[in-house]
Amino acid sequence: MSGGTYYVPASSKWPALASLAMGAMMAGTGTLLVYGIAGLPVMVVGLLAILAVMTLWFRDVIHESRSGLYDAQMDRSFRWGMGWFIFSEVMFFAAFFGTLFYVRTFALPWLDGEGAKGVAALLWPDFTASWPLMDPPDAAIEGPHETFSPWHLPLVNTLILVSSSITLTVAHEGLKEGYRETARHWLLGTVLLGLCFITIQGFEYYEAYSHYGITLQAGIYGATFFLLTGFHGLHVIIGTIILISILVRVQRGHFSRDDHFGFEAAAWYWHFVDVVWIGLFTFVYVF
Amino acid sequence: MASHLPPKPTAQYEETAGGGLAAGAPHAPRGMMRWLLTTNHKEIGTLYLIFSLTMFFIGGIFAMVIRAELFQPGLQLVQPEFFNQMTTMHGLIMVFGAVMPAFVGLANWMVPLQIGAPDMALPRLNNFSFWLLPVAFLMLLSTLVMPGGAPDFGWTFYAPLSTTYAPPSTTFFIFSLHLAGISSILGAINIIATILNLRAPGMRMMDMPLFVWTWLITAFLLIAVMPVLAGVITMMLLDINFGTSFFNAAGGGDPVLFQHLFWFFGHPEVYIMILPAFGIVSVIIPTFARKRLFGYASMVYATASIAILSFLVWAHHMFVVGLPLVAELFFMYSTMLIAVPTGVKVFNWITTLFRGSISFEPPMLFALAFVVLFTIGGFSGLMLAISPADFQYHDTYFVVAHFHYVLVPGAVFAIMAGVYYWLPKWTGHYPHLRLSQWHFWLSVIGVNLTFFPMHFAGLAGMPRRIPDYALQFADFNMVTSLGAFLFGASQLLFVAVVILCIRGGEKAPARAWEGGEDLEWSVPSPAPLHTFETPPDFKPQQH
Repeated sequence: MSGGTYYVPASSKWPALASLAMGAMMAGTGTLLVYGIAGLPVMVVGLLAILAVMTLWFRDVIHESRSGLYDAQMDRSFRWGMGWFIFSEVMFFAAFFGTLFYVRTFALPWLDGEGAKGVAALLWPDFTASWPLMDPPDAAIEGPHETFSPWHLPLVNTLILVSSSITLTVAHEGLKEGYRETARHWLLGTVLLGLCFITIQGFEYYEAYSHYGITLQAGIYGATFFLLTGFHGLHVIIGTIILISILVRVQRGHFSRDDHFGFEAAAWYWHFVDVVWIGLFTFVYVF
Repeated sequence: MASHLPPKPTAQYEETAGGGLAAGAPHAPRGMMRWLLTTNHKEIGTLYLIFSLTMFFIGGIFAMVIRAELFQPGLQLVQPEFFNQMTTMHGLIMVFGAVMPAFVGLANWMVPLQIGAPDMALPRLNNFSFWLLPVAFLMLLSTLVMPGGAPDFGWTFYAPLSTTYAPPSTTFFIFSLHLAGISSILGAINIIATILNLRAPGMRMMDMPLFVWTWLITAFLLIAVMPVLAGVITMMLLDINFGTSFFNAAGGGDPVLFQHLFWFFGHPEVYIMILPAFGIVSVIIPTFARKRLFGYASMVYATASIAILSFLVWAHHMFVVGLPLVAELFFMYSTMLIAVPTGVKVFNWITTLFRGSISFEPPMLFALAFVVLFTIGGFSGLMLAISPADFQYHDTYFVVAHFHYVLVPGAVFAIMAGVYYWLPKWTGHYPHLRLSQWHFWLSVIGVNLTFFPMHFAGLAGMPRRIPDYALQFADFNMVTSLGAFLFGASQLLFVAVVILCIRGGEKAPARAWEGGEDLEWSVPSPAPLHTFETPPDFKPQQH
């Protein structure tokens, strides 16, 4: 603890505006889904407002940090905060992985008549459990025609994301050694790899809908596929945006060798997204 | 109220009362903007508490509608559809709008004061956490006027009732819960960072008051399970609006999956609503028994054990849904195991009272009622934990009696005990003694009249969430309804006490209760806007 005073910011308009913006985005999205197109403008305005408020809020924080208002204790608060936030994200994905495992291990075999709970087979006697589930129990729901081979685009994406974690670590080491140019180049490389991943994932989604019949409506396989890869993809997009802003800050010389938690927090987040992908590649694509 | 006057006022604090950040006050916004833009933990705590009290009355009005309809058999006042909306909204509002924000409000006010911190660790985030709540609950309440009505599937919103057969407003319900969930997660992160990082120098973890300990563990539970709730409602959203089959067996999904995910959140959630209550009672009982808390360390370990076990018991809510036998057995035994750490707690409270110099100020009255009445709720919980017996009790009023005993004379009484305990610190005045005592006794009588007969109605087979019932349940229901009206009306006294206490009353010194030993009693009453800008001297006590 340096000096014994912890920085407590004066009143700020960003939190209240952020709540309002989130409320607008959600009300807009709800209206769009339930009542139609009228909600769209509200949703878009809400989303843009969230981005704007976040930018301005972070700008204040960066400004305070660069004015030397933060001490080592404040740094620890940010570290605890980011660490527990990532833990909450882990639990968010845990719910989705849990869903995948539950469906594969219990729900489908029971629908097929296995074990004491196999009475569910009375509903659709002809149903055969399999994974990937190509033929959902009810004929009204059309399953996928074909599934992805994990050893083509998904493997490429795995290599991309794993290398991006490596390039990010090199950038971090560069920063710690005081080589700002090195850090900048390797960070730029990481961002580019992130963009490659998003592009390939987008192409895979296009393929899924146009050739493979893997859609949100294609039974539980399509549902879990898009749930897991979709939320992961969203996190890659957010992570890439974070890395781009960190790149700008590296360029402006915001970080010193031993004081660059903004960079580290972004790196933690990126590694977390990478680890989730390893889980996805293993359980959504390979097994 | 001379009995609790302190021997002498503490002077330790006065030097900083007018300086520091308070000196920047001329720039501070005034009026509405002050509350909208504040980053001060005391102001945000006050906002949380006012919000919670408002929601308590809105949810309470819904409960009154329910009890008025159930006053006699037959349909008198409302349509069954609206009755279902009332039970659903009552549960959601009370859980997410009243009880949880009340505890967060108390944490905001008291955690920094009890650990000697200048504020919460992340003050702007704190303000964000609060202001998400009015937005969330405005959205939730607006579903009442939407076409098709508000959510009507119970606060547990089981699929497919909440997906295939749900009213259109369900999408808005999902989004409001998303906002409330984000608020809870960010609030919990803030509380953990505050407790781990901002304790006064010299205060070790095992020196923290139990309210701080229980909140630390509660915050961990919140961060672990609120994202799971976010996940499951997101899957509902996709099932409703995008044609996925997560909870639809026709596509290979499973409605029971919904229940697993929901209760994986839901069971820790009920401990989120009771652990801070344990903490409040554990600081109040020693104060008014004028003894150290018996078994401090075992209290901490018991709280942690309850939290860990809460992740392993969720399917006891689903005994009749058709679980495999091993699951019935596992969840039955793991649930009964929770009685052990809970028993440790009750034992410690009673042993703290043993041979203490007990006085019965309003906070102590509520705390003692908590110990007795919460334990009744705990015992009925133990009955429900027995899987074969639960086949009889499931979805009857016995369950309703059980969880209302742990939540109303449990969580809500603890909140009220906490409010009475800390009101002198917040306002500088003691709450009006006579009115507080009236409030307490009418509440205790009302709460037992309301919920005790529900045990009998439930054991006799009366199902929950039904607007009409067979004639043999008429007497029990009439007593319950009368008790509910009494309890509801007597809460107006609570509002009167709080308002009177803000406006005036007997002046309270810094150490408002002579047995109060935690750090909050070393700052003046009312606590100045900024406290502990320089960390206080903390001398650990031997527990």
